[in-house]
Parts: sequence; structure tokens; C-alpha cells
Amino acid sequence: MTLWHWLADPLAYPFMGRALLASVMVGVVCSVLGTYIVLQGMAFFGDALAHAILPGVVVAFLLGWPLEVGALVFGVLTAIGIGLLSEREEIKEDTAIGIVFAGSFALGVALLSTVRSYATDLTHILFGDVLGVSNGDLALIFGLGLLVLVTVFAFYKEFLVLTFDPMLAMVLRLPARFLRYLLLVLLAVTIVVSLQTVGVALMLAMLITPATAAFLLTRRLPVMMGMAALIGAFSNVTGLYLSYYVNVASGPAMVLVATAIFLLVYFLGPDRGLVWQWRRHRGRQRVVAPR
Amino acid sequence: MPIFHAHAPHRTGVPALELERVTVHYRSDVPALEDVSLRVERGELVAIVGPNGAGKSTLFKVIVGAVKPTRGAVRIYGSQPGGHICISYVPQRSQIDRRFPVTVADVVMMGRVGKIGLFRWPSRQDWELVHRALAQVGMETFADRPIGELSGGQQQRVFLARALAQEAELILLDEPLTGLDMPSQRAIMTILARLREQGITILVATHDLNLAADHFPRMVLLNRRLIADGSPEEVLTPEHLAQAYGGHLHVLPTESGALILADTCCSHGEPPPLPLGRDGGAGADASRREER
Repeated sequence: MTLWHWLADPLAYPFMGRALLASVMVGVVCSVLGTYIVLQGMAFFGDALAHAILPGVVVAFLLGWPLEVGALVFGVLTAIGIGLLSEREEIKEDTAIGIVFAGSFALGVALLSTVRSYATDLTHILFGDVLGVSNGDLALIFGLGLLVLVTVFAFYKEFLVLTFDPMLAMVLRLPARFLRYLLLVLLAVTIVVSLQTVGVALMLAMLITPATAAFLLTRRLPVMMGMAALIGAFSNVTGLYLSYYVNVASGPAMVLVATAIFLLVYFLGPDRGLVWQWRRHRGRQRVVAPR
Repeated sequence: MPIFHAHAPHRTGVPALELERVTVHYRSDVPALEDVSLRVERGELVAIVGPNGAGKSTLFKVIVGAVKPTRGAVRIYGSQPGGHICISYVPQRSQIDRRFPVTVADVVMMGRVGKIGLFRWPSRQDWELVHRALAQVGMETFADRPIGELSGGQQQRVFLARALAQEAELILLDEPLTGLDMPSQRAIMTILARLREQGITILVATHDLNLAADHFPRMVLLNRRLIADGSPEEVLTPEHLAQAYGGHLHVLPTESGALILADTCCSHGEPPPLPLGRDGGAGADASRREER
């Protein structure tokens, strides 16, 4: 079997074609937004928000609505809620996030446990089901995904200032509060976009793993975003094929590929990889020793 | 609160900065600033000195508009801090994430973001301005270098270039000389003197009294309250220093002026720092509060 056949054959199934498109879009959107999540140190927030979306999904599921609608409404509300809770300084931010996160996750699981097909449904929501992406899902993924990308592009320099130097944002009279909430809402939308592909539990990896690998490879933000998008899309597509041929669950396969790329970059990446640093270190020692 | 702010016009014939009996309370009973009145004319170069926790950072935050005074009023060129983008705040070295993926030119361009406006991209003129600003601080050859690769002094110069790109008329620097070697300190001071000639007003917060006395025509000594304001000779008297630093400081009169010795041995077990005036106790406590 040639490589071409290896790549093209699965696409004879329409569901594989849809899954492929969804994987690429999700990889790109998550990684681009993930760049800001990584730079602002919001990983825990991202993970929490992904889990906190569960009740929305379950309510939509029980009412027979599209899951994404429930997730979107609940996600945006939770994002703003956590934002407000951490603005007041009575509780530490990570504690506030933890409480909201675990509480709403429990609510979601409790609601879902009233349904007979509980176990299967929970698995799909938790780990995604990219092979089950319908045409309607695909339209939604592309619509919302493009919306996120366009917004990130439109507010590029404002988000950059806010992330690098919040004090400057303040001095320049940028609408800092608006931008902060906009970022949270974008995060909620991104989570909804990738819900079907990776599910709630592994969402965090989509957001931060490709972005962090890209972070190690470059020192310019636009390049970091581009590289993250490439790594994200590549991991997802590779993960999808792996799941087809090796017969493992698609979401975890995608995350594992991304993790492998991260580890590769971490150890072998040019200049800043551990191996290079170690070699440089040894080189320096050798230069110093004969003196 | 409006999301997008209009920029206030400047009035002429008013001081660049005026604080009128400003008091700031955070969450404790002890105010971070109490009844501070200050008037700075256009083109002045002023050192704000005092021990840690004296309210230097709070003062800057009030001027920038990040903290609202509990009582009193702040006016910049005659209007409230909120309306201005002509103020530039040069952060302490430690406040900047050195691993952040931006180049020197990117950082300076950030100063233009307010002027460029929403949904627009930097024009050729903006980039020219950025490079001219970098040239003015002698950093044009570093334009494409990652910000994290620069030394402390170079980084301060880049942030000054950012202030220039922002077309700032009031520049606040928070401990810009701390941890720099002598040549770097001198380079920064030369740039500040040049900016001053262009009519830019500059406030520098520092806890290094000797350095402030050497380079600044005017000093403001602060310890929650304004203790003294004037030339170094007027400000650095034993009475004033005792008021600001309590028993932590000793003033020895010498031929070339007063020599100030700081008693820093017992503050948090740190090695005694070169700059003067680190005290522990209540002062350090207050500075921790300010960082939020």
C-alpha cells in the first residue's frame, strides 16, 4: 500500500472526510488562542472552563437541542462568572476557579446520570467523538472557529499589550476589562468548537501543548501562533489516522501526537532544547578545563 | 464606565502634574499615601525617594490612574489621569516576562498602539517613529533582538524608547537604576537629561539616596506622607532622614556633603544591598500590599 492510498483510502467514508476537516480547524483555532492562554498563564482556567461547560452540554442533550448551543450559553456564562468572582479579592483566583469548576462538573455528571445510556454519553462528552461529526456540526465548527480567528486577528495588538504589560494597557486607555472578558468569551467559544473533537477532559492539551511547543521554537508572537497552528493541525490529523489504523480512540490519539511533538521539541529543539543546552554546557566546560 | 475612552486635550499654563492632598487607603487602616501635595512643572526631572513601602509605587499608580485616591485630586496638564495617553510608565525590570516572544521593535511599537487605534495596523510612519525612538536611546541595532536577550540597562533604554514612541510627555520610571552597573546608570541618566531638554517631565522612583542626590536637581522624600521637597541639599537633612527612615539611617557630615549610611543588616536576612534605605517591618509589609 502506498502512502497515498494510506492517506486517501479512509476518506472514502464521508464521516472520515468530515472528521478530517473538523480536526484541522480545531487544531488551528485551539492552538492560536492557546498562544494567549500559555503566555498569560491561564492553563488552569482553560481546563476549568472546559469542565464547567458540562452541565450546559447535558441540559442541551436532555432537551434534545444541539449540544453546542447548551455548551456555548453555559460556557460564556461560566467564563464571565469566574471572571467576576476573581475580580473580587476575597478568595484567591485559583481557589475560585477550582470551586466553580468542580461544582459545575459534578452538576453535569449528576444530570447525565439520570439518563439510561449514561456511560456511553459521558464517554463521548468527556473524550469527544470526532467520527460522529455531522454536516451541521462541521458548519458550526467552521463558523465559530473563523469567528475566533478573525477576532484574535482584529485585536492582535491590543491583546499583545494586555498580555505583555497590563500597566501599559492601562496607561494607553485600552479597554482592558473589555479585552479580558473578550478573551474569556473567545476561550469559551473555542472550547465549544473543539467539544466534539476532543471532548471536555482533554481540551486543555489542544489549547496549550502545540502553543507551548511553538513557544520553545520561536521568539516572535506571530511566528509562535503560526507554528502552534501547524503543530495543532498536524497532531490532530495524524491522531485521526492513527485512530483509524491502530484502532485507538481519536481524541486521546491526537493529544498523544501533540504531546510527542512537544517532548521532541523540548529535548531536541534547536538552540533551546535540553540536548543542545547540555552539549553547550559540556562544550563550555571543555573550553574552560585546559586553562 | 465607557469601554472606549476619549483622550483629554492639554491645557497650557498649568503644571504637568499636580497632586492635591492625595490620600490612598488600600484595605488596611494605615494609608499607603497620606495628604500628599505635589506640583511638578513641565520639563522637570524629579527623584521620588523613600524607604520600601513609602508609597512610591502607589504614587505612580495614582498618577497613571490605576489607583483612585481615597481623598484628594490628581491633575495632569489640568485634567484627570483617566483621559491621558501621554503618560508613560517604565516598569521595574522584574515586572517584565523575559521569555515573552517579542522583539525590541515589537516592544517599542506597543507604545504606538493607543495612537494607532482599534482595527488598524502600524503604518510606515509608525515603524519610522519606532526606529527613530530606538536611535535616540542608542538601541537601533538591537531592533530585531528578542527582549529577553538584553541586559538590564539595555532593557530600560528600550522602555524609554517605547515612551518616546508613545509621544509621552510625562515619564514615570520605577527603580530604573537598581542593579545596573555604573556605565549603564550613566547612559540612562544621559538619556533622561536629553529628554528633559525636549520638555518631557520625568519622575524617577528610587531608594538609592546617593544616586538621587548626584543626578537629580529636585528630590521628593516620601514616607506615606511627603516629608521634604526641594534640592538634594534641602531634602537630605538629618531631621528629614530621621523622619523618613527612623533609626535605620545615619548621616555623617563630610567635606563633600553628607554621607548617608544605611543600617540594613537585619532586613529579612537578605545580603545588605548596595542601594540605601531598605528597611523591614511595617514598611515591607506595606510594599507587599502595594504589589496587588
